[in-house]
Amino acid sequence: MSSLNLDKKMITSCRLIARNIAQDVQDMIDKHTTTSVERATLRMLGVDGVDPFDVPYVNVVINHITKTCQLSLGVSYYMAHAIKDTKMSPQEIAEEISKGHLDLSKYTKLGPTNLSVLNPYFESILQKIDESTHKRDHWLSETKEKTTPLKYVIVATGNIYEDIKQAVSAAELGADVIAVIRSTGQSLLDFVPYGATTEGFGGTFATQENFRLMRKALDDVSKKLGRYVRLVNYASGLCMPEIATMGAIERLDMMLNDSLYGIIFRDINMKRTFIDQYFSRLLSAYAKITINTGEDNYLTTSDAFEHAHTVLASQFINEQFAKLAMMEEKYMGLGHAFEIDPTIENSFLYELSQALMAREIFPDAPLKYMPPTKHMTGDIFMGTIQNALFNIATVTSKQSIHLLGMMTEAIHTPFVSDRALALNNANYIEKAFKDFGNEITFKKDGIIQKRADETLKNAFELLQTIQKEGMFETLKMGRFAGISRTETGGKGLDGVIEKDQYYVNPVLDALVRRLEVKR
Amino acid sequence: MSNKVIRPYGDTENDGKIQLSFSLPTPHGPLGDEAAKALAIKMGVFDPQVVSSSALSDEFSFYIVYGTTTHLVDLDSLTVETLEHESMSKDEIETFIEMHFSEPLVFVGASTGTDAHTVGIDAIMNMKGYAGHYGLERYKGIKAYNLGGSVDNEVLLEKALELNADVILISQTVTQKDVHVQNLTKFIELLEAEQLRDKFIVIIGGARINQGLAKELGYDAGFGPRKYAFDVASFAVQSLYKKERKIKR
Repeated sequence: MSSLNLDKKMITSCRLIARNIAQDVQDMIDKHTTTSVERATLRMLGVDGVDPFDVPYVNVVINHITKTCQLSLGVSYYMAHAIKDTKMSPQEIAEEISKGHLDLSKYTKLGPTNLSVLNPYFESILQKIDESTHKRDHWLSETKEKTTPLKYVIVATGNIYEDIKQAVSAAELGADVIAVIRSTGQSLLDFVPYGATTEGFGGTFATQENFRLMRKALDDVSKKLGRYVRLVNYASGLCMPEIATMGAIERLDMMLNDSLYGIIFRDINMKRTFIDQYFSRLLSAYAKITINTGEDNYLTTSDAFEHAHTVLASQFINEQFAKLAMMEEKYMGLGHAFEIDPTIENSFLYELSQALMAREIFPDAPLKYMPPTKHMTGDIFMGTIQNALFNIATVTSKQSIHLLGMMTEAIHTPFVSDRALALNNANYIEKAFKDFGNEITFKKDGIIQKRADETLKNAFELLQTIQKEGMFETLKMGRFAGISRTETGGKGLDGVIEKDQYYVNPVLDALVRRLEVKR
Repeated sequence: MSNKVIRPYGDTENDGKIQLSFSLPTPHGPLGDEAAKALAIKMGVFDPQVVSSSALSDEFSFYIVYGTTTHLVDLDSLTVETLEHESMSKDEIETFIEMHFSEPLVFVGASTGTDAHTVGIDAIMNMKGYAGHYGLERYKGIKAYNLGGSVDNEVLLEKALELNADVILISQTVTQKDVHVQNLTKFIELLEAEQLRDKFIVIIGGARINQGLAKELGYDAGFGPRKYAFDVASFAVQSLYKKERKIKR
């Protein structure tokens, strides 16, 4: 039942156009691999750890192949040959390469080989992921499903052990989801740091050990509270597929993972990002990890009132990319935000309209709604009220993932008390407005209905333009967030490799096959 | 006549009323409340009242305290680092440029180091600006290049030289553990090493930036919160005029 009286035909058209846009890019994706996809593949074959210089073994192997072999054949090609030849495991092979005792280039000319020697290695990792997934499923089935939005807060101390204290406190005060913000700059690192870390800026490094430590702490507090507390990190940046792999193994529940964000906001090459997001999403779809997309960021750069339609257009595109990676809608946490200038008259009506519009257009997606940030000034008292209005819009429009605003946004990364006050604010409104959304209808052709109608129309027109131009040209024109990117610009292009006709990746094939079976 | 020696004002002159809020790493309870009071007294707060306290977890508790500060401030004893320039509106700046300069002024800006936040540099440079104040891109007589976030100091300098910049703007949002100070220091060192410090007007901005810090680090100016494109441009055009850069002869 639509309270906004949206044009259903137009919504269907938007989906069809977005499908064409995404399919066009998918054709490019299918012809390429990247250094990070190959490193993630190695991790799926059980390679872990770092050499004496702290370089991850997966980087050691891929660098070796890049220099002396042909990565266009895929790391799996070389690993299959090496296992047969040396009778060692992928981990041992990686260590031998690191010591300079093994040169894979001798396998380049041998041609295709039977890949089944790889099966036991990646099947054991897939089994680990299955165990994680079952554990989560079991835990969730034992607790009552929440009917109000999941309250999501961030921790960002830079030190995983401090993060744990803050996360536990937040969970006890009602947080349902804990996100560990990454250290600034990690998205541009072309390797994943290793081990527990205590030094980061504006956040904590995403490492497999940090994932494990935080998951353990949240499991403990989940037991105490009798409800499952979810953990979030970032499968984004140059190591997107690797971090997705680590997250799947360590039972993260959500991953920030956007098909466009890295291109626009981190100046990562567009081919690299599209190829990497495909592998990441396949894996997340398999591990039942909810992805969070980053459309909210458009509105911190562009004006939230004038550019609301760019968010919607991008959500349609992100949805189709996720579908191409065989992800079910219930794992597509499409993003949007409450960022309209509070000095605009009726700003709350426009916000509510846009939030309801997203809810109605993507009924099965666990929408992620982001709080005001751009117009938070440092006036914590005013900020509390801005967050309260945001919370009302969230609960009324039945968003799924509710990222709580902090009154000290624009001042510092949250103190333990900032988070507590934000949770109190949200807890109060969650209760007070619980069924408000079910009780209200909107005036036909009133401000709220008109705003939604107009935003949908503008998104439709933008999608038509994108289809005509193609995705790459669209990004060059700066149609999202007013930032222009080129096909050959940005970081990480040197890690994009056209696949050889004999390219193999049994891990990717297995993921696709298993997802097809699930369907 | 206003008083030069002052105290906070609640509802009566010189009542000294202030509020504090903080958390303590101790469980919520009578002992925690006492600790909060004791802390307030040490801070010079007379007769503190814990008006609210609550548990944040088993280990942490939160306090809101009202009280009376025993301290006074003598306004005459204070000095404020301010910029010596006239604040002009966008129209006035455009007229000033047209009157005094022979060619467009080039501004190159970025959020530098590992800082990926562009909200600050966007507020000053982008067409739209912030809070109703247009950004530098919209100024007649100014060519503004916003390089975005996570720009290396070396890349910023390279671009500034390539574009023949008159003014370099640097924004810093992430300030945890003073990472911004280290990064800003490196840029000045880089300019000095290349003997290019005098070639540009270099301005920094961000939530925790002020004129005092800018001076200390060797920058021409620093702008904190609630400063807009016209503040930055007013300072920059007047500085360039004083330096006789690109001025009409």
